[in-house]
Amino acid sequence: MNNLLSVNSVRFIVLVLIQVLIFNNINFLGYINPYPYILFIAFFPVKSNRAIIILLGFLLGIIIDMFLDSGGINAAACVFIAYARPLILKFSFGTMYEHHNIKFGAVDFGSKITYITLLVVLHHIILFSLEIFSLSKIILVIQKTLFSSIFTILLSIIITIIFSRKSK
Amino acid sequence: MQQIINFIIRNKNFLLFFVLFSISILFTIQSHSYHKSKFINSANFVTGGIYNSVNNISTYFNLKSQNRLLFEENKRLKSLLYNSKNIAKADSLDSLNAPYYFSNAQVIKNNYSATDNVLLINKGTNDSIKQDFGVITTEGIVGIVDKVSGNYATVISILNTTSSISAQLKKTNHYGSLTWDAKNPALVQLTDIPKIAKVLVGDTIVTSGQSSIFPKNIPIGVVENYELDDAENYYEINVKLFNDMTNLEHVYIIENINKPEITNLLNE
Repeated sequence: MNNLLSVNSVRFIVLVLIQVLIFNNINFLGYINPYPYILFIAFFPVKSNRAIIILLGFLLGIIIDMFLDSGGINAAACVFIAYARPLILKFSFGTMYEHHNIKFGAVDFGSKITYITLLVVLHHIILFSLEIFSLSKIILVIQKTLFSSIFTILLSIIITIIFSRKSK
Repeated sequence: MQQIINFIIRNKNFLLFFVLFSISILFTIQSHSYHKSKFINSANFVTGGIYNSVNNISTYFNLKSQNRLLFEENKRLKSLLYNSKNIAKADSLDSLNAPYYFSNAQVIKNNYSATDNVLLINKGTNDSIKQDFGVITTEGIVGIVDKVSGNYATVISILNTTSSISAQLKKTNHYGSLTWDAKNPALVQLTDIPKIAKVLVGDTIVTSGQSSIFPKNIPIGVVENYELDDAENYYEINVKLFNDMTNLEHVYIIENINKPEITNLLNE
């Protein structure tokens, strides 16, 4: 339990710092930035209390917002995916989730991709619709969501591959 | 009563989600209205400190280009200084500029990819920086100071959909407001220029000096293209900025010493 706490705290701090100091300065093609910090929510222990992950999601989002001066858009998106996570887990891993024995190191690679993709797309849709905050610019919302999602998903998969091997 | 408590316990996750989500939306809406966001900004001890220490390292990477910019400005100012034959004219220029006090600062966080971009500079109330001071570079305008802490201040960039700065054509005095459509960090939009004004591609756009934040005649950019708006009464002009908003380092903060007097007068 103590180990779990320290691993998650370190992950929290490292992901926030990497996000605000590196990934938000990439600006690929002028405006495309990845947001892989949501991997914290994605790989938070499944068995834990649902209220804790929602609270931590809010904390994570609000800290990112503080760094980026973006109001509460990251907090809203994070709280939403933290709340919706059980549904997405059920959809991507099926029966395995119902028996409560998912270990992210050992699951099927395909369903892992589905899981990350769903979380990222959901997060980005909320993030960019709140950021742009105008129905007349819906094309811009879709465009940003699409490109940033692709970038985030690729990066998240690379990060999970690198770090899942180290832990074994 | 029992049932209400039961209901809360049963739906505690949803209620928690709902409360936190509403708080986030509230912060978002506040950040979309000018000068309203209260708690969530990067001009505080922790975020400012982290950005500052990282910026100490990353400034070395563009020392060369920043040096060149400062060098060119020095050259321009030197040529102004030694070519001013009429000393009396120079004096009058000085007295014209007297109501504005300049101080320098460094941008420690630049941002141009979002729709509401906010910069962070390393000067704050300890350097007597206050809200609504103008920020410019040697080439053009950057934005307006928003939140200020002890050592840091956030700047609402001109690349922000909520910012609106008064600007005019240099050759005539037709003025309008400068906004941004969030598409290209090199182009901003000048709206509300009356149809009667003669606009040409390549015309220079400068600040109008009507807002008491920026002095008159600070260069902004040139007209890239223009068209009439839907009602066909006003021009919508795309302005190509002189300064490169993606490469900002040294900026100047302008304080209008007469501003309290002007705002007092207008509020009466």
